[in-house]
Amino acid sequence: MLFRTITKENFKKMVEGLMEENEVIGPKSRDRDKEGNKIYRFLKLNCFDELEMDYTRSYSSPKDYFLPFKEDLATYRLENNGWDQKIHYTIHPRIIIGMRACDINALLKLDQVMLKSAYPNPYYFARRRNTLIIGLDHEPLEDCFCRSMNTDTASHGFDLFLTDIGDRYFAAINSDTAYIVLNRFNAREVREEDQLRYKKVKKQIESKFKTQVDITILPELMDLEFESEVWKKWGDKCLSCGSCAMVCPTCYCYGVEEDIDLSFTQATKRRFLYSCNLIDFATVAGGYNFRPDAHIRLKYRYYHQFRGFEEAFNQSLCVGCNRCGKACPAGISPKAVIDDLIKTEKE
Amino acid sequence: MQTEKSFKSEIFNIIPLTAREKLFHIKICDAYEREKFTFLPGQFVMLELPGCGEVPISISSSISNKDFIELCIRKVGKVTGLLHRLEPGAIVGIRGPFGTHFPMQKMVGCNILLIAGGLGIVPLRSTIYWANEHRSDYKDITILYGAKEPGQILFDYQFEEWHKIFDLKILTIVQNRAENWEGRVGLITDLFDEVPIDPDNTFAIVCGPPVMFKFVFAHLTNVGISRQRMFLSLERRMHCGMGKCCRCNVGSIFTCLDGPVFDYWTVMNLKEAI
Repeated sequence: MLFRTITKENFKKMVEGLMEENEVIGPKSRDRDKEGNKIYRFLKLNCFDELEMDYTRSYSSPKDYFLPFKEDLATYRLENNGWDQKIHYTIHPRIIIGMRACDINALLKLDQVMLKSAYPNPYYFARRRNTLIIGLDHEPLEDCFCRSMNTDTASHGFDLFLTDIGDRYFAAINSDTAYIVLNRFNAREVREEDQLRYKKVKKQIESKFKTQVDITILPELMDLEFESEVWKKWGDKCLSCGSCAMVCPTCYCYGVEEDIDLSFTQATKRRFLYSCNLIDFATVAGGYNFRPDAHIRLKYRYYHQFRGFEEAFNQSLCVGCNRCGKACPAGISPKAVIDDLIKTEKE
Repeated sequence: MQTEKSFKSEIFNIIPLTAREKLFHIKICDAYEREKFTFLPGQFVMLELPGCGEVPISISSSISNKDFIELCIRKVGKVTGLLHRLEPGAIVGIRGPFGTHFPMQKMVGCNILLIAGGLGIVPLRSTIYWANEHRSDYKDITILYGAKEPGQILFDYQFEEWHKIFDLKILTIVQNRAENWEGRVGLITDLFDEVPIDPDNTFAIVCGPPVMFKFVFAHLTNVGISRQRMFLSLERRMHCGMGKCCRCNVGSIFTCLDGPVFDYWTVMNLKEAI
């Protein structure tokens, strides 16, 4: 990989330059939670000052820009016993600034499903190929366990990855586009002092991980503890609201619905994000539900993340951002569930 | 076929089978696409009514019929309800075929035991046609078919013809006794007494409601058929047919991509499968 440094002043010029011709998306604070902490979201930036590079964690992940909550898959013009289908895959180029390593790794996991398995998803493909990703290092929050999930650093899946080393950013470059952009704004070769500062920052980040979750034996444990009381315990708390899946950077389950307009001349086929915790997720025509209870659905979510995906792609689906734990109105966090499961196994 | 594009297809013939099921004869409108469309027994298509929705339906016709496909559809939900109200000439969308198929090549030289419950006969029908078209490849072909009531037996108008032309044995049974029914009454497993099975030379294909699988497989295992020689087709909710929406995910597999056809050994090792 190629490394350069860019001063914060030049970085500002760079972002402003990019804004002139592209849609630029970055972390912005929108509100405050009940403790008074800022709530961040990835939103379109109108000027550089809106960009908050010191953001902690965005409420929902930048996944929204690749797998939007709702999208039209096709539109139909209905006419005399026939119809005409129209499909649009194209999007305008855009830039996302400030993605965390865990969110970049989440995209790489989504790539496995959306691009690298049978029937690649052309809508996702169009968005992925037309988005320039600028990542950003940060110190972990108290409940982040991305280090346990091996997603605290990213080696690919981005165009540019920045680490704050004081008056400048240490930049890892992963694409020709990013290289050209960076050079246009006076990036300089890495000097020895930059390298030392970079290593120091990296070490500092490493030392700040507090939460650990042991997932090494999880795939096996998922089968061994399939009938465990742990699922019932947590499942009884679960409200089956699906908030966890909505904020998760990797959850990709969806539903499809078709609407017809009142004139009966236009119809739309729409994809919308769904959650395996919602009650009708596995209901088939005729009304039979393969997962009728909340605890069975909760178990399924963990089973898919830590066992099913592991078997298919040799990695777990979770990236350890704990957004689901934060968003859960019932206070269910993956760390608590997994710890409980491991504890039961040891008893 | 492309993934998101559905092909305009014409329903040109509709045969009412029972109070709930109709057999639709559907032809892909574009001649080139129609020619390109091939499938194997056990696969399914996504059938779409624009503006209403999409449903996964097993193909029920012979693979050598290049002109049209036959889909037997039960009226259970929004889309199938509307399909039942269509007249010949209606245009629908078709994507597919999707999924795995019954491994007919593996069964060459052996007996085939087809066990169907209710609507389960639908995907087996293309298997029956396949077996007929390659009749010399297989030894005895036996169909055990159970339904709730005599009026719910599908394709009974073809049984006589299959029996004669295809040289196969069909045994039917219904769960509820009814007037004018002189056949057997009971559960599908009751038919096993009448069929001698040679375990080393038999492949079984089972299709039906989830409750049926447990008892049928228990019997077949007792008789001595290898679990890897028994096949079944799993039913799950599907929204995409391409392994993306996760609605049909069971344990570590997707029913639409890795299935719907599985061998019993695989299913036995899948949590939640049956």
